[in-house]
Amino acid sequence: MSKFRKKKKGMPAVNTAALPDIVFMLLFFFMVTTTMRETDLRIENPRLPSASEVKKLEHKSLVCTIYVGKSKDPNRDGVGFNKIQLNDKIASADQVPAFIINARTKVSEAEVPFMTTSIKADKESNVGTITDIRLKLRDVNALKISYSASKGSGN
Amino acid sequence: MARRENPEINAGSMADIAFLLLIFFLVTTTMNVDSGVSKKLSEKPPADYVPPIIKEKNIFVVLINRNNELLVEDLRMDVKDLKDAAIAFIDNGGGVGTAGEDGSPGKSCDYCEGERSESSSDHPNKAIISVQSDRGTEYGTYIQVQNELLRAYTDLRNRLSKKRYGMSFDALEEAYDADKTNEALKKKVEDIKTCYPQIISDAEPTS
Repeated sequence: MSKFRKKKKGMPAVNTAALPDIVFMLLFFFMVTTTMRETDLRIENPRLPSASEVKKLEHKSLVCTIYVGKSKDPNRDGVGFNKIQLNDKIASADQVPAFIINARTKVSEAEVPFMTTSIKADKESNVGTITDIRLKLRDVNALKISYSASKGSGN
Repeated sequence: MARRENPEINAGSMADIAFLLLIFFLVTTTMNVDSGVSKKLSEKPPADYVPPIIKEKNIFVVLINRNNELLVEDLRMDVKDLKDAAIAFIDNGGGVGTAGEDGSPGKSCDYCEGERSESSSDHPNKAIISVQSDRGTEYGTYIQVQNELLRAYTDLRNRLSKKRYGMSFDALEEAYDADKTNEALKKKVEDIKTCYPQIISDAEPTS
C-alpha cells in the first residue's frame, strides 16, 4: 500500500511573478486616460438636463467651460441657481467676454473659429442667465456653443 | 575571503507600490466625455440691419412661459407632442422653396410627405422655428424643447436618407466621420442637410 500513500506536500505556491506586470499595465492605462479636474467647482455640481440629440465635444483644448448653478457658499455668493462660474471664481455675465478673449490667447489663431463654449448649467437655472451669457458670447464672436447635457431619453 | 554573490533586490513589494498607484489613478480618473446639444449662434447683426419679412405661415412659434408651459402656434401643448407638431410643420411643403443661389426659381418640395396645407410652411428650407422663452423659464425645460425640435429634424432626415440612400442619416454621418475623405458620402450628407436645414431661432426672452 505504500505505493498509494499520499506524499506529504504543501500547496504549491502560485507564481506571482507576473502580477506586477499586470498591475503596471493597468496603472499605465489609467495614468494615460486620467484627466485631473483643472478647476475647482465653486458651484454645486450642476445636475445636467438630459437630451437624446447630444453630440460629443471633441478637441478638449478648444473647449472653454462656463458653469451655471447654485453656489456652494451661499453666505458669500448669495442664493439661487443662477451663479456663473468662470475659471475658479463666481462672476457675472459681463466678465464672459474677457474670459473668452483670455482663452483665445492660449490657442493658435487658426484654431480660434473652432473654439466651442460649453455651458454646464443646472436644470433649475433660468433661461435668462443663459441668454445673458449667449448675448455676451455673440459680442465677442464666440458662436459655437454646446449646452452640456447627459445622454438620455430626453424626458 | 569568500566572494559573496550579488544579493538580489527583493521585488516582492513592487506589486504593492504599483497597486497603490493604480488605486490612486482609479479613484481620480474621470472618463466622461463631454457631450451636449450643440448650437451655432447667429452673428451680431449690424446696427442698420432690417430683418427680412417672413410670412407668418412659415414661422412656427413655440412660447415657453415662466411656469414651464408651452404655447405652440397659439395652442397649449405638452412637450411630448411637440415633436410631431414640428414634423407636421416642417414637412408640410405647401408652396415653393427659396430661390437657388444662382437665381433659379424655388422648387416645390418633392420629398415632403406632409399635408401640403396652405396655412402651414411652404418648404423645409423656408420653415423657421422660433423659440421664445421667458427669463424665468427653467433651463431644463428649455433644453427639452430644443431637444424635441432637434429630434423632429433628425426623424425627417433619417426618413429621407433611408428613402434616398437606404441607410439612416445617423449611419450616414457615422460613416462619413469614419472616412472624411470620401467625397460621395460627403455629398450625401450635404444633400440631406440642405433638404432639411435646421432653422431654429432663439428670440430674446421676455422678462
